This record gives sequence, structure tokens and C-alpha cells, in this order.
Amino acid sequence: MIRVEGLTKSFPGNAVLRDLDLEVPTGSITIVIGRSGGGKSVLLRHLIGLLRPDRGRVLVDGVDITRLRGEPLDRVRRRYGVVFQGGALFDSMSCADNVAFPLREKLRLPRAEVARRVETAIVQVGLEGIGAKYPAEVSGGMRKRVAIARALVTEPQIVFFDEPTTGLDPVLVNTIHGLILDLHRRLGFTAVMVSHEIPEIFGIADRVAMLHEGRIAAVGPPGEIQESQDRVVRQFIRGEPDPVAEGRA
Amino acid sequence: MADRPLPALLRPLDALGAGAIGAVESLGRFGVFLAQALAAMVTPPFRVTALVDRVHYIGFRSLLIILLTGTFTGMVLGLQIYLTLSRFGSEAFLGPAVALSLIRELGPVLAALMVTGRAGSALTAELGIMRITEQIDALTVMALNPMRYLVAPSILAGILTFPLMTAMFDVVGILGGYVVGVELLGLSAGTYFGEMRTFVGTDDILLGLWKSLSFGVIVTWVCTYKGFHAGHGAEGVARATTQAVVLSSVLILVWDYFIGSVLP
Repeated sequence: MIRVEGLTKSFPGNAVLRDLDLEVPTGSITIVIGRSGGGKSVLLRHLIGLLRPDRGRVLVDGVDITRLRGEPLDRVRRRYGVVFQGGALFDSMSCADNVAFPLREKLRLPRAEVARRVETAIVQVGLEGIGAKYPAEVSGGMRKRVAIARALVTEPQIVFFDEPTTGLDPVLVNTIHGLILDLHRRLGFTAVMVSHEIPEIFGIADRVAMLHEGRIAAVGPPGEIQESQDRVVRQFIRGEPDPVAEGRA
Repeated sequence: MADRPLPALLRPLDALGAGAIGAVESLGRFGVFLAQALAAMVTPPFRVTALVDRVHYIGFRSLLIILLTGTFTGMVLGLQIYLTLSRFGSEAFLGPAVALSLIRELGPVLAALMVTGRAGSALTAELGIMRITEQIDALTVMALNPMRYLVAPSILAGILTFPLMTAMFDVVGILGGYVVGVELLGLSAGTYFGEMRTFVGTDDILLGLWKSLSFGVIVTWVCTYKGFHAGHGAEGVARATTQAVVLSSVLILVWDYFIGSVLP
């Protein structure tokens, strides 16, 4: 279980998160939605310990990771897998080496075991035959799938996805979502995803949380959020123009 | 309680104070960065493959430019010093003059400036791109220390390769001076090299060694720091690269004076 309590973060002249509370049940897929620039990625970076809050706590199975540094924080991170927005693949390595990297360096597995796991991971994401290619030589969709394979190859307990389908065509969006759902069923990890792929995310989420003005405006099962009468939620889900922003324009 | 706006008269002082605090903070971050890199350098597991890769990247790939600039620096020195010495009838001292200029001063400084331009800038750009594409964050969340994987091997490679490249710069520079002084201007080879043995001592060679070692640390430290903390987007990487080259070059010259005035 991940519990976020009173998370507050400001950058100069910009209060991004304001006393934010959120619970992510173990084994669930929780998707955080919200407008671009609304602080979703900032929230995610707090959950993985890349940012420290001004106030508040991030509890991972009861341990407040905002107070941890060095080895104790790394111990928590060893349970993580993270899929970054752009994939964050190491461009000096082939796709297979990218997937193998955490197995070699993080788990220090023997060479034969690494090769077997890499092969399995690449097949799982449907990328047979591209292992020898470099990230710059494959398409955006393939890069995302390699990033997913790299994040999951160590069989993490908690996986974070930062907009894993941004910039992909609708067919690929559904393919990636299907892949995540399939892997989640097989591996049983807890997933936190940041996305604004509406309505596709309602098909894979166990819980959806709407981030608005630095707080969670609504949270619940996909059906509940889709039926929400909250003005902000309805407006976002239906893609209606923001009258305030319109007036400013 | 909200802060009251400062009177107009005090605002320049406020800006000056903020600038000074910012500068001290930057220096602190700079020092902590080096301390973390040194800690990663001396604690296992050691990244031998990464070190070999960095030695190749910083050293071997800079070899051509070092040999080229070293040769022509020696040739220019040979010509200019010969013309100056010939006014006093002291052409016999061309060899030691060229050798001392190169070994004590020009070799370490020019080699360091050349490597800064070729490898230092590339080092900053590479790390900067890794920063903006979240590759450094990816290492961090894998619980793998980016200092160990990206920074420590580069600084260690700088310590190993700068003295070697400086030595090569000195050797080809002395040969360049020989070509001009002996082959073109008619000085005897025995005079050129014989006087060199008389006047160039171990202290001169050690001074050059200490200089090149410290330049190796300065250049790789500055360039990795700037790349590691590059700002957003292509502009952030471009700015970091420019700052790294300018700061490294300035620090090389400042440190050169300092170390030259302290060591014999």
C-alpha cells in the first residue's frame, strides 16, 4: 500500500501540489489523471523519491520515503520499476542490453539467467528480433515497449508509469494498455500510472484519481469517476473547454 | 506574515546579497559533487569497463588533436625562440628553451585546453542529454548510483590520461622544435638535445606532471558537473556545454598560475 499524506510542493512562483492525499491499494492499477502541467509527473517523482516535498509524507508499506536517503531509500527503490515518459532508455546500449542492464547491475544475475530473462521479457512485450537494435533505430511505440520490458524484467512489486502512451497513435495506445493489463494480471504488481488518455484508461484502471489544482479532486473506481457529477471531473473527461481559460484567451 | 517590500534604496543590496548567497551555494554543490564522485571512485564495486571506455573517450580519441597541436606549438616555439636567441648569439640554447617552455608550461596548459574543447564539451553534452531524457533518473530509481556509473570513471580517466597526453604533447613539441631548429635553420642535433639534458631537471618534469594531473581533475570535474546539472531542453544542454568549456579554460589558466607560483 502506498499512502500519500498532505503532500505539498512549490517551485518558485508556482504551488504545484497542495496538501494532497492519495491511497494506492496493493495489487491495484491506480491511474492519476489531470490536465497537462497540473502536477501529475511531480506527484510521481515524489512517489519514486526523485523529489522531496516541502511538507507531507509518502508511505510505502508504512515507511516514509521522504525521510530516507542513500541505502535505505535504495532498498525501497529495489522494489520499484519505473517507465519514464520518454522511455529513458540508455542510448549507448542496444534494446536487449537496456533490458539486461538492471538484471546485471541491480540483481547481479549470472549471464545465462540474464539472457533467459531478457528473451522472455522481449517476447512478453512482443518485440522479438529487435534486441540488437539501438533505441534510436526503433519507433516510439517500440521504445515504450522496451522501457516496459526493462521496468518489469526484475519483477518489481510496484511499477510506476509516467504517461506511457503519450505521442502514440490510438492503436498503439490500446496495444500498450493491453500489454500493461496483461502483465499486471500475470505478475500481480501494484501500478501507479499518470495519464490523460481518456477514455482508454477506464478500461484498465482499478481506481482513477483526478488531480486538480494540486489536490485530488475525485478518486474511485472508473465507473464512479465516469458518472461523477463534479464539474471539474466532468469537464476533464468530456474534454470541454475551460471557461476561465477561454475568457483569458 | 507577508514580507514587506524593500525600500528602493536597499534593493541593489538585496540583489547583491542574493547573488553572493547563490554563488556560495553553487560552490558548495560543486564541492559536494566532487566529494561524492571521489567516494564512488574508492568504494567497490569498481566499474572497470566504464573506466576503460572513458579512457578511450577522453584520451585515445583526443590523440590526433594533441599530436597535431603539439607538433605545431613546438615548431612555432622553435622558430620564434631561435630568432630571439640569434640576436644575442645564443642559438645553442634553443633546445632547452623549447623543452622548458613545453614541459613546464605550454604542454600541460595547451593539452588541457585542447582536451577540454574536444572531450570536455562532449562529456558535458552527453551527460546533459542523459539528464534531460531522464536516463540519469532511470539509473537513480534502479538504486544504481549515477556518480559511480557516469562521473567517477570520467574523473579517474582524466587523472590517468591528462599526464599521458601532456607527455605526448611535450615529446612531439620538442620534435617540432627540432625540425625547425635543426632541419630548417641549421643548428646541430647534438647542440639541440645536448643542452636540453643540461638544463631540464626532474623538478621541471614533476611540475608538468602535477599540473597535468590537476588539470585532469579540474576539466572532468567541471564538465561532468555542468552536464549532470544541465537545464531543460536543447538550450539547457547548449548552455551547460558552453559554461563547462569556458569555466574549465579559465580555471586551467588560474590554477596554472597558482601551482606555478607555489611549486619550484
